[in-house]
Amino acid sequence: METQTRTLRKETKITTERMTGAEAVIRCLLAENVDLIYGYPGGAIMPVYDELYKYQDQLHHVLTRHEQGATHAAQGYARTSGKVGVAIATSGPGATNFVTGIADAQIDSTPLVCITGQVGSHLLGSDAFQETDIIGISTPITKWNHQVTKAEDIPSVLAKAFYIARSGRPGPVLVDITKDAQFGELDFEYKKCKGVRSYKPVPETDPKSLNEASRLINNAKKPMIVFGQGVILGKAEEELKNFVEKSGIPAAWTILGLSALPTAHPLNVGMVGMHGNYGPNRLTNQCDLLIAIGMRFDDRVTGNLETYAKQANIIHFEIDPAEVNKNVKADVAVMGDVKHTLSQVLPLIEKDSYDSWVQEFRDHDAIEFEKVIKTELFPEKEGLSMGEVLKSINKETHGDAIIVSDVGQHQMIACRYAEFTTSKSNVTSGGLGTMGFALPAAIGAKMGAPNREVVAIIGDGGYQMTIQELGTIFQTKVPVKIVVLNNDFLGMVRQWQQLFFDKRYASTEMVNPDFIKIAEGYHIKSKRVTKREELQDAVNEMIKSTESYFLEVCVEKENNVFPMIPTGASVSDIRLE
Amino acid sequence: MEKENFTISVYTENNIGLLNRISAIFLKRHINLDSMTASQSEIKDVFRFTIAVKVTEEQVKKIVGQIEKQIEVIKAFYHKEEQIIYQETALFKVASKLLFEERQIQNVIKNSNSNIVTVTPEFFVLEKTGRRREVDALYRKLEPYGLMQFTRSGRIAVTKEKMHISKILENFAPEELL
Ligand SMILES: Cc1ncc(C[n+]2csc(CCOP(=O)(O)OP(=O)(O)O)c2C)c(N)n1
Repeated sequence: METQTRTLRKETKITTERMTGAEAVIRCLLAENVDLIYGYPGGAIMPVYDELYKYQDQLHHVLTRHEQGATHAAQGYARTSGKVGVAIATSGPGATNFVTGIADAQIDSTPLVCITGQVGSHLLGSDAFQETDIIGISTPITKWNHQVTKAEDIPSVLAKAFYIARSGRPGPVLVDITKDAQFGELDFEYKKCKGVRSYKPVPETDPKSLNEASRLINNAKKPMIVFGQGVILGKAEEELKNFVEKSGIPAAWTILGLSALPTAHPLNVGMVGMHGNYGPNRLTNQCDLLIAIGMRFDDRVTGNLETYAKQANIIHFEIDPAEVNKNVKADVAVMGDVKHTLSQVLPLIEKDSYDSWVQEFRDHDAIEFEKVIKTELFPEKEGLSMGEVLKSINKETHGDAIIVSDVGQHQMIACRYAEFTTSKSNVTSGGLGTMGFALPAAIGAKMGAPNREVVAIIGDGGYQMTIQELGTIFQTKVPVKIVVLNNDFLGMVRQWQQLFFDKRYASTEMVNPDFIKIAEGYHIKSKRVTKREELQDAVNEMIKSTESYFLEVCVEKENNVFPMIPTGASVSDIRLE
Repeated sequence: MEKENFTISVYTENNIGLLNRISAIFLKRHINLDSMTASQSEIKDVFRFTIAVKVTEEQVKKIVGQIEKQIEVIKAFYHKEEQIIYQETALFKVASKLLFEERQIQNVIKNSNSNIVTVTPEFFVLEKTGRRREVDALYRKLEPYGLMQFTRSGRIAVTKEKMHISKILENFAPEELL
């Protein structure tokens, strides 16, 4: 039996097939187990689309309504499925429309393979029709990019692209393929890439660092964990939970780390950063040990670095050597994949608990509840708050849904109040803060996790940045639930204008269209809620719906999101009002 | 932390796009390069960039981290002045008639440790290799007579310590991904 398989394998290796570069692109995608891609056709990528037509039974193509939508959908897909997202577009404007999504994927470490068509190689550099230097443009925002001008290079370059996108700290790659390379012929043979000589995806773990880290952990009196998306990307949720539970250390999360540990976990103490929770922000400056796990000390997390956790020892579990000591100096850096390093450190730490220290977090929670959460979740004012919408959603989904949020006040409210039981459930644009992300990302998120409920939470501003993707929802019938929290303002900017620019509301008031009519135009079931009494029933109807559903909730126009660390202030100076 | 002169050596796969990636790292941080040169290295198909830059040690560490993160970079190092042997080359194009009209120029050349690369009836070309201040000194001496052209190369450097690039390359073993 065994020998047979071996000979079989040998045989398949020798066989090559003559085909065009365009067909080879499809065959490479299939060899990488891709069955779904997002894109938009055009002149320079037409040979590939022609092959997509032939292979449509094996490779499903989703036609978005804008190439930006294709990248965000691919991101949403990658974030919920854990696989590489693939987006495809034509040269020139198709390629430049990719830029925002690629930049977003780069800063949020999302594995994407973006394929663009390019003018014929004889035209390169001649300012030909729809020629743009997408390699030059995408260089600073890709993990790797490459232009293919010969058909025979397609398999090896795409194999390398997939390997680089998903290995180590993931990220977007772009492969630009000239039209002649698509038309040209090659002997197709696909070998999966298993390594790149100059690239070390995962650094080696120094055993000394594990010992040092465990020594600090075992001696700490007031330790605190801050975990980020590295835990999710490294599939280390179980290891994190074990670490938290054995060590007894309270754990806070960054916006991208959210959902890696259930929100109801007794040691989950909430979000750090600008609109994070009062306790973990204030106590960052009181802990004696800060254990950073798969996070990168973004400025929205740290506030003023000069006054950030100066009193604490810092342990940094990190896969990317360039992140260590970049913003915050680590006393111990534990390099490596967190799944590996967390399980290595676990036997070295003592079982412990920190009741009075954890109580300090709970005391801060009580203050935050009085000053902020109560009015957000149980408002007495007539107008609806964003928080009570999230509360209603939690009630219907029991924390099992994937929440895809856009950028602004509603995003902060969604991340603060959404409950999660499962990992890979919070999809949001963290590092780039890309308005317009959520609607297309929700499409991809649902396709990446078809058995789960996907609810997009979007502001009236960001919704209109990619509203055309309602067309994609209509055409594909993907059952995503869309909630627009309409305050008729670019709320987050208005909040800053109110707090820091004496209420000079320059260009933040929105005169909005009838969103219900727009949804109806796309034949999407819809409802508008303006009163508290209608809210829960409407959310219930939306969640029950087996089709896509659009819910507009008209919320209080000038509510603010608190707590807040003003830009440049210290985490200790977080404001509750 | 004080700014110092650092030399960065970058060993890379021979790849055109990399120049862009590396310079973008400096551009983003508004750091001016004193110079950047690229050439073949001692290893077949491996390129070497030599970059001279004046920054703090903290900055140079971060920059090297970002450079090394690029997929096609094999290894990047930074060195202080005392850790390397470095040189620059300059070419001076001077009118030939000056050799006869301005006799002192002959002494300047003689004492400068430079080479005459070419002589024609109209001009001669002087090549001077050395440290920046030596090249500058010669420049100051020749400039009053009038220079037809002047150009100076970027810094090139080798380190006193070994860099073990071949070992890194030998140790490369493609691994099966999960
Ligand atoms: C593409 C883009 N443009 C501008 C911004 C700056 N910005 C951040 S939040 C925000 C307001 C968002 O308004 P809305 O979508 O209505 O959400 P709200 O804050 O009201 O919940 C703006 C303009 C951005 N993040 N992204």
